[in-house]
Amino acid sequence: MKVGRQAWLIGGTALLLIVLALFTTMQGVTRIGMGEVLRALVAPSSRGGLGEQDIAILTGLRLPRTLLAIIAGAALASAGVAMQGITRNPLVSPYTLGISPAASFGASIAILTLGDHGAVLVGAAFLSALLCAAIVLGLATLRGISGTVLVLAGVGLSYLFGALTATLQFVATEQQLAVIIHWAFGSVNGASWNAVLVAGSVLLATFPLLWGQAWALNAFAAGGDEVAASLGFRVMRVRVMVTLASVLMTAAIVSFAGVIGFVGLIAPHVGRLLIGGDHRLLLPFSALAGALLLLLADLAGRTLFAPVTVPVGIVVAYLGVPLFLHLLLGRRRRTA
Amino acid sequence: MTLTARFLRLQRGGRTLLDGIDLALAPGELLCLLGPNGAGKSSLIRCLDGIWKPGGGTVEVDGHPLSRLPREALARAIAYVPQQGGETLGLSVAEMVTLGRAAHRHRESAAERRAIVRSVLARFSLEPFALRPFDALSGGERQRVLIARAVAQDARYMLLDEPTSALDLRHQIDALRQVRELVDASGIGALMAIHDLGAAARFADRIALMSEGRLVAVGDWRAVLTPDRLREVFGVAAHVGEVEGIPYILPAEVR
Repeated sequence: MKVGRQAWLIGGTALLLIVLALFTTMQGVTRIGMGEVLRALVAPSSRGGLGEQDIAILTGLRLPRTLLAIIAGAALASAGVAMQGITRNPLVSPYTLGISPAASFGASIAILTLGDHGAVLVGAAFLSALLCAAIVLGLATLRGISGTVLVLAGVGLSYLFGALTATLQFVATEQQLAVIIHWAFGSVNGASWNAVLVAGSVLLATFPLLWGQAWALNAFAAGGDEVAASLGFRVMRVRVMVTLASVLMTAAIVSFAGVIGFVGLIAPHVGRLLIGGDHRLLLPFSALAGALLLLLADLAGRTLFAPVTVPVGIVVAYLGVPLFLHLLLGRRRRTA
Repeated sequence: MTLTARFLRLQRGGRTLLDGIDLALAPGELLCLLGPNGAGKSSLIRCLDGIWKPGGGTVEVDGHPLSRLPREALARAIAYVPQQGGETLGLSVAEMVTLGRAAHRHRESAAERRAIVRSVLARFSLEPFALRPFDALSGGERQRVLIARAVAQDARYMLLDEPTSALDLRHQIDALRQVRELVDASGIGALMAIHDLGAAARFADRIALMSEGRLVAVGDWRAVLTPDRLREVFGVAAHVGEVEGIPYILPAEVR
């Protein structure tokens, strides 16, 4: 039966995610056994028989890194699913709305004027992303909010903020440039518990909001604004709510992990392929898939060329683009 | 008990789309809306379903002004069958039909909902397609799903926007016959915008002819679709008649 298959898929992916998360905390220059990791997690006082240094690596570096990767993957994927649904456009992602480039610009300007201070950087990225979202929403409202206008406004602003960031790079010193570029790649390197806490809270607060609109998202996907309205949904209210929640999610992630593209684009497609188009299942499943993909990409990025760590934003593209093209070609064949 | 438009006016982008429309749709009748492209058929349907707010005049469903009905209550009273178009992001046929229950979802259990969806799927012979992606169906099958969704909505009135425009001859007649049977069997009132004058004359109880945002004539097809009026509204000289009880409108030449 189909429901059984879907339950298995979600449960299996969740289980896979947990196993992979534990596995990633073992991997690195210092290897720590899975038994020890488990024991240290279950009974912190026993420390799983680990020494001071191992505990410091585990709790100070690897756990927050793993958790941030999971949170970032889940949030970007959820935002992607929601934005694609509400615009009825399978090529949309939080990136398409210009939010990620805007956040990147905010961070760059902070680096240039105030220096590379964690909190300032995060704040600037957050504000810039929200500003961009406000402009996109404002423009779209003026022109009578429609999926196409939303996407076009987002694409336009992506270019604008990209150009602004490039201009900043032009005038930046070599040191500043290095920081800006590193940030623009997107990385969970050096994730702090603070980042995990804030980004995690945003995810926990906004995901239920999106999930609560699953019926409405189905209606938008089925036929856009008019069909959603005729089926009984308050179109404007749903659109503003879903967009704000997605923007908040994206801004929070970009603030702490930089620009990680693609997860938000590809996770929804993987989700639809495996579990179908019903947003009641698609949202949680894509969130799990996105988390899994990002965790996998980060693991590959820091182990394949160790001791060099390749930023997760780059690895995700290497993993994701072939997968994406494959999906696109497959889709074409099916509809042809 | 009707779906009634009173002196409906609509302007968008500086153009007058509807100019004083008076029309009442009664339960148990099939009313076909005819007129050239841009006459305002789709605009009227959108206003009647509360998707667009008219600039003047009122729409009432069974005595309640649309403007004061909550969106969900409106969806339980009026169902809308849109023109085909666009992808549906992987929704299956069953999920599409289930959406018809959206406005009822807080009032029924998931089990009740599944039972209703299953019976609607069976009624439209869609069971074999239930788990298939809507986008993978043929045009005729898709049209059946959209009508099935509107039936699942369990509304007293149904508005159809050119349900036959994407279909071949055989499926056009199938779709029209489905609507006709629906009206006769469940007593809903259906308003259908359509381009095929002959099909409208054959299947409709009444015809409403629109031109440039106005209603030109409403009534029995023989009274509405006269050669003179066709020349006036469509700019086409046509022969009108019946063969074996089936009406035909044969365009002869453009005036």
